[in-house]
Amino acid sequence: MTYIIEGRTGPWELVIGLEVHAQVVSNAKLFSGASAMYGGEPNAQVSFVDAGFPGMLPVINRECVAQAVRTGLGLKAQINLVSRFDRKNYFYADLPQGYQISQFAHPIVGTGVIDIELESGEIRQIGVTRLHLEQDAGKSMHDQHPAQSFIDLNRAGVALMEIVSEPDMRSPEEAGAYLRKLRTILRYLGTCDGNMEEGSMRADVNVSVRKTGEPFRTRCEIKNVNSVRFVMQAIEAEARRQVEIWEAGETVDQETRLYDPARGETRPMRSKEDAHDYRYFPDPDLLPLVIEQAWVDELASALPELPDAKKARFISQYGIPAYDSGVLVMEQATADFYETLAKGRDGKAASNWMLGDFFAGLNRLGKSIETSPISASALGGLLDLIADATINGKIAKEVLEAMMETGASALSIVEERGLKQVTDTGAIDAAVDAVLAANPDKLAEYKAGKDKLFGFFVGQVMKAMAGKGNPALVNEAIRRKL
Amino acid sequence: MSSSSVPLDPDTVRRIARLARIRLAEKDVAQLQGELGAILGWIEQLNEVDVSGVDPLANIGAAAMTMREDVVTDGNQTDAVLANAPARSGPFFTVPKVVE
Amino acid sequence: MTLEFTLASARAALRRRTISARELTQAHLDAVAALEPHIHAFITVTPDMALAQADAADAALARGKAGPLAGLPVAIKDVFCTKGVKTTAASRILEPFVPPYESTVTANMLRDGAVFLGKLNLDEFAMGSATTNSAFGATINPWQRADSNTPLVPGGSSGGSAAAVASGMALAATGTDTGGSIRQPASYCGIVGIKPTYGRCSRYGVVAFASSLDQPGPFARTVEDAAILLGSMAGHDPKDSTSANRAVPDFAAATQRGVKGLKIGVPREYRVDGMPPEIEALWRQGLDWLRAEGAEIVDVSLPHTKYGLATYYIVAPAEASSNLARYDGVRYGLRVPANDLKDLYEETRAAGFGAEVRRRILIGTYVLSAGYYDAFYLKAQKVRALILKDFTDAFGQVDALLTPTTPSAAFAIGENEDDPVKMYLNDIFTVPASIAGIPGMSVPAGLDAQGLPLGLQVLGRHFDEETIFAVGAALERAAGFTARPRIRMGEGA
Repeated sequence: MTYIIEGRTGPWELVIGLEVHAQVVSNAKLFSGASAMYGGEPNAQVSFVDAGFPGMLPVINRECVAQAVRTGLGLKAQINLVSRFDRKNYFYADLPQGYQISQFAHPIVGTGVIDIELESGEIRQIGVTRLHLEQDAGKSMHDQHPAQSFIDLNRAGVALMEIVSEPDMRSPEEAGAYLRKLRTILRYLGTCDGNMEEGSMRADVNVSVRKTGEPFRTRCEIKNVNSVRFVMQAIEAEARRQVEIWEAGETVDQETRLYDPARGETRPMRSKEDAHDYRYFPDPDLLPLVIEQAWVDELASALPELPDAKKARFISQYGIPAYDSGVLVMEQATADFYETLAKGRDGKAASNWMLGDFFAGLNRLGKSIETSPISASALGGLLDLIADATINGKIAKEVLEAMMETGASALSIVEERGLKQVTDTGAIDAAVDAVLAANPDKLAEYKAGKDKLFGFFVGQVMKAMAGKGNPALVNEAIRRKL
Repeated sequence: MSSSSVPLDPDTVRRIARLARIRLAEKDVAQLQGELGAILGWIEQLNEVDVSGVDPLANIGAAAMTMREDVVTDGNQTDAVLANAPARSGPFFTVPKVVE
Repeated sequence: MTLEFTLASARAALRRRTISARELTQAHLDAVAALEPHIHAFITVTPDMALAQADAADAALARGKAGPLAGLPVAIKDVFCTKGVKTTAASRILEPFVPPYESTVTANMLRDGAVFLGKLNLDEFAMGSATTNSAFGATINPWQRADSNTPLVPGGSSGGSAAAVASGMALAATGTDTGGSIRQPASYCGIVGIKPTYGRCSRYGVVAFASSLDQPGPFARTVEDAAILLGSMAGHDPKDSTSANRAVPDFAAATQRGVKGLKIGVPREYRVDGMPPEIEALWRQGLDWLRAEGAEIVDVSLPHTKYGLATYYIVAPAEASSNLARYDGVRYGLRVPANDLKDLYEETRAAGFGAEVRRRILIGTYVLSAGYYDAFYLKAQKVRALILKDFTDAFGQVDALLTPTTPSAAFAIGENEDDPVKMYLNDIFTVPASIAGIPGMSVPAGLDAQGLPLGLQVLGRHFDEETIFAVGAALERAAGFTARPRIRMGEGA
């Protein structure tokens, strides 16, 4: 089902490409020994190299290279054993050297692919053109002073991976799915934390429109969009803007734009006036980056199981539906929690409890899997009590809530509150007899044919037994006595 | 020996100066047209050289660079970083406000 | 008194304690005070630091724990960042700059106990061959023509270094060589200068001009001294990705080797039209000296020699245009106040850069700009590969090459600077070695008719400075060059 914008002259199709800048997880920066951590005191994480002092020289960080290779492997992409760094020359206050060290002609990673799943269940393959390493710039703040901008170089020189997609996406949904999937892969690999709010993952969105079957028309780039939601909104706003221009018989100008979420529209960026003559040339302070296939193989062998593979395995190994599996693998921490829970237990039950009451509990408490008040094995303890009929499902919900409030174990709560399921048929029979005796009119109605009153009797018996009756035995006893 | 000159128009000189962020007085433009044109004309003699099949010189010496370990060895020197700043506010460099 | 010493002899005297480091340093500081008004070799003199270093050296000498340069007064070209000491690259744009770090080369020298007299003048950002492009005034060559005292250029860009050593203000000095900026001033000032193999000395902390060409190296009055100083300056530096991971050989020992059995190449393309007969004669004389010492002289060809200059004048300005982008008035150095960022950049850089630097930045920006990269920069890098191949092929037949260093002696300040023939010839001998990254040394070999020094250049294989030291020392012994410049510290002075 293609996403279409209806214009007066007919339907328009979208052509979308994404350039994602992902900050590499590493201790130190790409070409200097200063810390790459987020949030330090201003200009406290700055080497003289980062600050572009006279005579300072770049030396490449092995782990940043490894992270790029891991990411390339995760994108099923070609790893280029020989790559080069180039200088991208331009002037800006947060670019101390007056150039950014990047990779232009020979990137470290070539073509790859990301599989995305749409709401319809359809799987689409989105091509990745390349991935290269480059330096991040510092930060300029324009709101600290009426006449001055403040410059903090902490971020200058932090390693970025620029991941460029093919212009294969055709709808805001696809773009959103691509970003979410890419983010999941990066987080699984541990190469980027994918935190768009903090800016460790940023997207530049290329949008153009065309009539189906036409060659590509002019595209505009929307820079630095920092949430998946805004990316999807920006695409829609920009595509509509372009359609209106074409429909009016005019031409879309190739421009760099920004998305304004408050207004729901894009506007041109003012600082990018000079046509981009970046004068790329190979950085003469650096030699070619040459890595060994043996090293790539070593990195590959140590990669974690990736989301697609894990999702398929969960379906076959634990017998859970595709949708559940998809949700469970979206974050590695969630998937790990599930596996611990499901090990030696009923996979479906484990999935249902996690995705249902457990997640609801986490939400209520404002917690995440990482900060969960109970461990997977503790939750597993609860499932075990259900499986061996110590408690029934309804009681289990109450126990779970108590576990999450107090951190106590399932068993200790059950014992402390005396919540063990009653399986003594004598006690059950007695309770049923008491309920039937107390409700002679209902009993008469039932016998006269009002079958749905069966539920009423079940409810009353359970109430009398403080919910601890074994449901199957209660049902059987009531049936017998009616 | 004489060298031919490359005719450089004033707009090109101004554009290059803008790219290089160097203010040029109008009176300098004509002079630079001549000087730069002469140099460019002279270096055009490289057109004579047959470079088919020749790879550009990548580097002298080592074929590939050594990489450093991912250890924090630098930073924590805010005062030194800012000591030569022509303008600063606390731990920040300052410049005239930029409108984006 | 200072001119009587060499690094080697001063070192011996210090160890014998016939002179103290403090006395030796004070003598040099006195020389600086006396000669500077006439020569202007220094941008910054550092007497307090020098005397403190001398005292420390005396203490170390007394303990018997002195490094190879302990107590030896040397001076530093003002492109090496020296921690806490103003470093300007002879430019207004860096006039206020005090580095919070030390370059690796000067750190090595301090490690070895050297005494720093101060920072030496140069052509701004190392761009030039006369030291007349300094923002802080020209340096005067201590040599003068026999019949006049017209001020002459000391050469460039390391003119201050050469003049300081030639006149006796310093025992030795550091320089940098990008297209000849050590060898040419050494020739003009009658001293020894060597550009090592690219990658032999670290560029960390050296204000960059052209990254793929810049190479630090020593100036001294003897070949042995140059070997001693280079031994301290050189060495692998993990902070410089282009630094060669090779051990530093014993350069001083190599000066004793002699040249018996060596093959010395004479590149025919270096014999150019219009070359002064004096230079030709000196060149032939140099070959005779080496032949007499047992070397074999072989004609060789370096077919792409004449393209060296054009190649250089594309690659060097291109790299410089990018390297000098950091001088923007934001984080250090000169800032011309402005109301917006673009004006701040443009005004600061217009006020801060001199005419030659501006010219080269603009050329470099042009040759890298859209549409020109392939035609200029890429092409130049290919021609560069061909020039290197010429040398590699030649070194398949010979062990070293002998050429003149410069086609003339020092010229007068203001004279000849725009004579295209002389300019072209001047660089043709030194630039190709820079382009190929091979090492080259200039040794003072004789005087011209006006009593001015002329140098001979020895070129060698990558990382084979030892052969160059052997050949250079042989030339030095044969030449017996004892002439002294007119402006100098004399005996007893």
